[in-house]
Amino acid sequence: MRKIFFFIILLALWQVSAFFNHDIVNLISKPTEIILSLWQLVIEGTIFIDILASLQRVLVGFCSAAIISVILALFSGYFKSFGYYLKPLVEILRPIPPIAWIPIAILLLGLGDPSAYFIVFIGAFFPIFTNTYFGVISMPEIYKNVARSFEIKNSIFLTKILFFYSLPYIFTGLKIGIGMAWMSVIAAELIGAQSGLGYFIQLNRLLLRMDNVILGMILIGLIGFLLSKTLSFAEKMAMPWVKK
Amino acid sequence: MLELKNIYHYYLNKQNEKLLIFNNFNIKINKGAVSAMVGPSGCGKTTLVNIIAGYIKPIMGEVLVNNKIINCPGKDRIVINQEDDLFGWMTVYENIKLMVKSEEIIEKFLNLTNLLKFKNLYPNELSGGMKKRLSFARALVVNPEFIIMDEPFGSLDYQIKQKLHEELLNIVKASNKTVLLVTHDIEEAIFLSERIIILSKEPAEIKQEIVVPFSYPRRIELKDSIDFINLKRKI
Repeated sequence: MRKIFFFIILLALWQVSAFFNHDIVNLISKPTEIILSLWQLVIEGTIFIDILASLQRVLVGFCSAAIISVILALFSGYFKSFGYYLKPLVEILRPIPPIAWIPIAILLLGLGDPSAYFIVFIGAFFPIFTNTYFGVISMPEIYKNVARSFEIKNSIFLTKILFFYSLPYIFTGLKIGIGMAWMSVIAAELIGAQSGLGYFIQLNRLLLRMDNVILGMILIGLIGFLLSKTLSFAEKMAMPWVKK
Repeated sequence: MLELKNIYHYYLNKQNEKLLIFNNFNIKINKGAVSAMVGPSGCGKTTLVNIIAGYIKPIMGEVLVNNKIINCPGKDRIVINQEDDLFGWMTVYENIKLMVKSEEIIEKFLNLTNLLKFKNLYPNELSGGMKKRLSFARALVVNPEFIIMDEPFGSLDYQIKQKLHEELLNIVKASNKTVLLVTHDIEEAIFLSERIIILSKEPAEIKQEIVVPFSYPRRIELKDSIDFINLKRKI
């Protein structure tokens, strides 16, 4: 409740500041103008098309990154020889920002959704991989010894022991990854897309509609926040032993 | 029978100097017996457990189970550790289910260790004593020939330890397993075992072997008897 009250105060301050400094507020629009723009876009229904386009790109790229990075990290941590080759490659590619991959993505996959999926994938892959890998290698030797003593098969060890031991680390990676995925999709849409919130911002920038630009930014923030909260909820559901 | 033959093992310290742990160490553990191994800290008790369990290979020497050389861990030798080695993301039931499929066996051992009504709890919802009973249940379901206990009660407080000693002794004796208890607690060693092997400081050697003259089943009151106290003093 306090948080909502805090946001209302911030919005009120923003609105009131229009009376004192017309130049800046004219540049960035007043909250009431942004709300009116939102209302109009909601009635027209066009904003939902952009939101769904961005969400679709994030979900496809993020889910593929989550599945592939978790599997690769589990294998890299468990099968030392596999990790020996993969880990340095990941360490070299990790510092490259997703936006730097855009030219290659457009060259290889063309303008459109596949490029955006790829950029989102790159953005989400590394935080999930790194966190999962850290979880895997931090597993105490005692669990491995128990598995060896009880002659637990590799497949069972990977899926029922190593995966679940690493799950808190995986979720940390997923929460960082979803933020990165969301940032990456906007960057990809700013450059090479015909829909999505990034495209919406870019288009309205060119049309000098700052109310819509700020609305686009607010929607990005809100949806990113909701995605992060959804993952936190999923984390609680997936790890009942932590809750208890 | 479990036999360690001519075990030679050392560790290298930071200066790359050899720290000799065992030099031609030999021991035989008879089938069905509960033996205890006591010795000062750092004498190599845990290394010995790791060698018997197959977690580490001695630099020289052999570990034989029923005259067969063993090279790796296996279900025939289950270790019960001082540290919590239960899978925290699995319930009591799932921790056992991972090791054995038969519902009948799972129920039997959960019942034996008084954990049946807690089968849906996670390890972090159990007390220290219950966790230890779960470790025992998990070990017993795979029907191992040897149970190696490495300071199993070390992390528990005195009251729980006393209760568990009696409970687990009854379970172990009823199941007729060969048990090697590694401990630094003399009282625990006397109460639980029928033979105590006393190790010297490294390189570990058998300093003394004592036959414990008390018959099973043993009650907790035994610890207050004159004979028990005298034996404890002697060791």
